[in-house]
Amino acid sequence: MKKINDAASQIGHIILGKDRQIRLALACMIARGHLLIEDVPGVGKTTLAHALAASLGLAFQRIQFTSDLLPADVLGVAVYNSDVSRFEFHPGPIFSQVVLADEVNRATPKAQSALLEAMEEHQVTIEGETRKLPEPFFVIATQNPSRQIGTFPLPESQLDRFLMRIELGYPDATAERALLRGEDRRDLLSQLKPCMQPADLLALQREAQQVHTSDALLDYVQALVDHTRNSAGYAGGLSPRAALALVHAARAWALLDARKHAVPEDVQAILPGVVSHRLQSATDGSSADVAARLLAAVAIP
Amino acid sequence: MNAAKPIAAISLRNTVWITLTLALIAAPHAERLPLWLTVIAAVFCGWRLYLARMRLELPARWLMIFIVAAGSAAIYLEYRTLFGRDAGVALLVLMISLKLMETRTQRDGMVLAFIGYFLVITNFFYSQSIPTALYLLACVWLITATMIGLQYTREAPPTRSQLRTAAIMLAQSAPLMIVFFILFPRMQGPLWGLPTDAFAGVTGLSDSMSPGSLNKLVFSEDVALRATFAGRLPPQNRLYWRGPVLLDFDGRTWTAAPRAMRNQIELDRRENPVRYTVTVEPHNRRWLFALDMPGTLPPRAGISVDHLLLSQVPITTRTRYEMESFLDYGIGAASNPAPARMLALPAGFNPQTRVLGQQLRAQHGNSEAIMNAALKMLRDQKFVYTLEPPLLGTHAVDEFLFETRAGFCEHFASAFVVLMRAAGVPARVVTGYLGGEYNALGDYLIVRQSDAHAWTEVWLDNRGWVRVDPTNSVSPARADGGLAAALPDGVSLPRSARASNPLIHQLALTLDSMANAWNQTVLGYNLETQRALLTRAGLDDTSWRTLAVMLIAATGVITLLLALLTLRNRAHKRDPALALYRAFCAKAARAGVVRDDAEGPLDFALRFATARPDIAPAAQAITQLYVALRYKNINKNNELHELRQRVRQFAI
Repeated sequence: MKKINDAASQIGHIILGKDRQIRLALACMIARGHLLIEDVPGVGKTTLAHALAASLGLAFQRIQFTSDLLPADVLGVAVYNSDVSRFEFHPGPIFSQVVLADEVNRATPKAQSALLEAMEEHQVTIEGETRKLPEPFFVIATQNPSRQIGTFPLPESQLDRFLMRIELGYPDATAERALLRGEDRRDLLSQLKPCMQPADLLALQREAQQVHTSDALLDYVQALVDHTRNSAGYAGGLSPRAALALVHAARAWALLDARKHAVPEDVQAILPGVVSHRLQSATDGSSADVAARLLAAVAIP
Repeated sequence: MNAAKPIAAISLRNTVWITLTLALIAAPHAERLPLWLTVIAAVFCGWRLYLARMRLELPARWLMIFIVAAGSAAIYLEYRTLFGRDAGVALLVLMISLKLMETRTQRDGMVLAFIGYFLVITNFFYSQSIPTALYLLACVWLITATMIGLQYTREAPPTRSQLRTAAIMLAQSAPLMIVFFILFPRMQGPLWGLPTDAFAGVTGLSDSMSPGSLNKLVFSEDVALRATFAGRLPPQNRLYWRGPVLLDFDGRTWTAAPRAMRNQIELDRRENPVRYTVTVEPHNRRWLFALDMPGTLPPRAGISVDHLLLSQVPITTRTRYEMESFLDYGIGAASNPAPARMLALPAGFNPQTRVLGQQLRAQHGNSEAIMNAALKMLRDQKFVYTLEPPLLGTHAVDEFLFETRAGFCEHFASAFVVLMRAAGVPARVVTGYLGGEYNALGDYLIVRQSDAHAWTEVWLDNRGWVRVDPTNSVSPARADGGLAAALPDGVSLPRSARASNPLIHQLALTLDSMANAWNQTVLGYNLETQRALLTRAGLDDTSWRTLAVMLIAATGVITLLLALLTLRNRAHKRDPALALYRAFCAKAARAGVVRDDAEGPLDFALRFATARPDIAPAAQAITQLYVALRYKNINKNNELHELRQRVRQFAI
């Protein structure tokens, strides 16, 4: 438990003033979910991904998504080796514990789907052979806001595979001043020491599953989900998968708070990250402040 | 907590709901209101929606005051009053459409919705038929849904659940509605005095007849009366529904004499009576129809010397009465029928007919022979029965008898009576209805305005007044098979008279049967039927005081039952820990820290600690216990007990 808090504070030294987002990202990883970071360029998306992987002691690979990226560039390719007279598989960057899919919405849907399939199955099938991905396995994808040019927005069904989507936002004045004063982030990243081993993370994941969610809490989650389905304010209701995501993420958040039971505040804390990419306002189709509106509209049972 | 809500601005969605609902409720009035008012109300609705859509300011107060004054003045000019049914409804519609223009907040919307219910009622001033009732029920449903929508301040409810909740609420109020219907003290006559203009447009018989007055009625499908017979239905050609008897002729128009009333019937009863119940539609006259010849008097009615049943007050509501008639009868044999009046003819009209009458008298001598000769003449001279008779001039009877020889029943009746009087035989015109359509579905007879008919009565020595239907001599089919049978195909007729499509005709009969049942049971539920029903239920004292007590008791019981049902549903889910926590929150609210429904307990405890550090530890302990009870996986008995203690001790 201490280790994960160390990791959080260590990352907090690199990404300044974003403690809440860092904790959300950690909760996402404890809940075995993939993370989508969406924001304008230059606010530290990639740095956060780097810092996460390094602090948690996970093997890290980065894939820069571009419009000419091919599925083989992600998954790997079998190459004929004339010495041994057979095909040899050269694993792609996907075979790593943490995969940073940078600017995932710049690639074509074909390349995107290669990644997204791996996220769902934790395995890839190449030329008829199924290969397991390492454990733990996380995809941290970053994307630019879809209104920017040269993007292929992820379809809703694929967005749904990310447990959380977080936005970093601009740092506040103090944090930005500290950033400007401080050392180069790249140097800091390279100096990062892992605070924990992959086994520790797996243990945390197991522990999170033991966090108690009472009927009263599940009532609250159901009330929230119900509201999105029955209220005229949303374009489409939350899916059962989203409800499950809420519960898992709330458990992870409770664990980060060193509790063995989840409370409504946990749900409220993780809800913006979990629902903002799954829910659109019925009036203007935007997802801005839908989470806040949802929380304000639903009474805690 | 609610203090901030009433000033919430009304949302676009709610504005659309309330505007459209009110427009739907007022829609049936459109055909009755002056056109300018309908247009103004529609313009206001459209304008309000436009302003809401464009998020523009509502019109200024001075403009509204001006429009109110101008509109009220215009209504006064239109109706010459601001009171009464028509002017009152017009004023209400105008004011509601203006109120729409100053509906800014949710609260204004609620007020408008309440007025909407009142507007619903005004429609019943004009029509109480089943379609009206169904339409207005739908309107009540919509306005209730509108009010439910107005309750949502944070987010709009989905339309389906809004409508469903409204439907459930209406269904829940149905038992109460039935109790009120049955027990509410009834008054004799209508609740409000109907203004004199209420029956301006009603079609029906009048107490005068001139050429063309009856065949206008033939095209009206309005129901004149309905009758249920106790035994077998008499044959069609004996169903003479007696109406006004016309004695005086001025050469063109027959009019009824002022009537001398009697309280008993002088009648030579010859046959077993026919018993039946008549429900007469309002016609704003005093006469009550009965088959020739009525043998009993309905309550609060008398009979004239010419055997017309007359109510003491004009028939302004649907009236039902039991009747007994003798289809074979003798009247007036004993008395002298005031021959001077029954023989009078205006001077200077119809010389040819007078000559013919004198010839008949000279030829045949006795009255019966004269009558038969005249009927034979009508039969033999190829008279034609038609709905579109040629126009007649000054000597209408002469022209009819000697030139055109084509007419409707009123021509035959009028000419025959003139001829009889010219021959010295006392005679008079009787108007009423002939026949009717039997509705097998409800086992009753429908008599429509299109069944209007005129026949004659001739006074014969020793026999008294004898009914003679000259139309029958010309066109026997009229009496046997009704209007459609008497006229050739291709003549335009009301739909009801000519059954074009058996399926449509059957449907029309079914609908009329439903309307009849509705009239009898729902609209006809009055003081008498209420008393009868309650007496049959074993209640002897039916004074309004008893009814009021029963009404209050029944209302209380039903409300209690519904409340218990609701509470049971709610208690089903309630957790004792939650109830205790709510009690704590209520105490905290009194301390000035109000918990929002969507606020988590830990967050609230933090906020409470900042606001009231003095009692923060107690609140913190309660919160910890509550969270443990609600969200921890523990054995709950001890904590619940402790929570109860602490909440009880928690003081601000």
